[in-house]
Amino acid sequence: MNNWKVLFNGILKENPIFTLLLGMCPTLGVTSSAINGLGMGLATTFVLVMSNLVVALIKDFIPDKVRIPAFIVVIATFVTIVEMTMQAYLPALFNSLGLFIPLIVVNCIVLGRAEAFASKNTAISSIFDGLGMGLGFSLALTLLGSIRELLGSGKLFNSSIYPSDYGMLIFVLAPGAFIALGFLIAIINKLKKTA
Amino acid sequence: MAKTESTLKNMLMTLLVIAIISGTSLGFVYKLTKDPIDQSKLAKQQSAIKEVVPEFNNDPAAEVDTFVTESGLNLKIFHAKKDGVEVGLAIETITNKGFSGEIKIMVGFLPDGSILNYRVLNHHETPGLGSKMDEWFRPAKATVNQNEASKPSFFKWLFGIKSGTGGDKSIIAKTPGKNNLRVSKDGGEIDAITAATISSRAFLDAVDNARMAYLSQKTKETESVTQTPQEIVHE
Repeated sequence: MNNWKVLFNGILKENPIFTLLLGMCPTLGVTSSAINGLGMGLATTFVLVMSNLVVALIKDFIPDKVRIPAFIVVIATFVTIVEMTMQAYLPALFNSLGLFIPLIVVNCIVLGRAEAFASKNTAISSIFDGLGMGLGFSLALTLLGSIRELLGSGKLFNSSIYPSDYGMLIFVLAPGAFIALGFLIAIINKLKKTA
Repeated sequence: MAKTESTLKNMLMTLLVIAIISGTSLGFVYKLTKDPIDQSKLAKQQSAIKEVVPEFNNDPAAEVDTFVTESGLNLKIFHAKKDGVEVGLAIETITNKGFSGEIKIMVGFLPDGSILNYRVLNHHETPGLGSKMDEWFRPAKATVNQNEASKPSFFKWLFGIKSGTGGDKSIIAKTPGKNNLRVSKDGGEIDAITAATISSRAFLDAVDNARMAYLSQKTKETESVTQTPQEIVHE
């Protein structure tokens, strides 16, 4: 498989949210606004790329029986780096994402890609895979966040589109996340079939 | 290259090496980001103090008093002084009665004990409901909403609900202790945030904690004034 194919595989064909349905916890939790979705997506992308790269590089040194703990330590290291960097340079975004940043460690996409892809492929294509998966994740989160923000509070990326009094509050809350995600998956499945 | 065998020695060595490398790199990043993190926290605190008290020209962060509530919460008291005269107190107050976790607010008191302004520093309340508190407890702005609020709505007319007379959501310019700063459901005079009574209660609880810190500070100050001559006698 060539690298570009690997990249687009993550964005479209095997999109982590719309097709694999992995990492639902942050998906439903942080997408109350578009900017939160984008921030979470990019943070996860960084972790995915870096952990995929490192796992691909060290995969031959790791005995099979301890590969999962080894991968988790690598992932946790990068997540903590992201957390500290974000707290230092993007305090506003860090405040709104809060608890969900450390939870990237247990996001199944990250460990899933390390186990399923990076531990079997070369470093270069692992980077492409992490990038593709991360961008697909970011794209899905931003899309879901935009829809929820627009319907729920009448804003898009914090700029007002219509008065927030007319917004449907449910879309800002958890049930709205399920409803919006359900409709999005249905639409995307339909498009995939016709395409 | 052949894969490393899963012997006990190999497994231990691999995990040890990985843990050491990641630990070292984390320590390095921690050192790099420590200063910016502290600075951004400090900047946030400073700007909040500036917002809630009148103009001052000392450094409030230089002399911080702390106050511990009955439930063990730590409150910080900042003194704002202009040319040596105290113009207000900024109290960083918290409550753990929020809908989800702690709420941290900076409340500014004037020397007469009334609230000048407040700012929510940190909270985890529901977006769209409890999160409105940063705006809600201020005097109503002259907007369309206010006109709508003063007009008796059809719904209210139908069910014979009188428009909230005396109901007021602002805590600004009120004196805790003199004004009953509780939500109207609990017999107070503050209107709770629509559909977020728990968050509103928690907010007012934090303000009440700030009031206690303020009172303790005042008594401490009057005590120290009366004590000063005695200390001189002792010397």
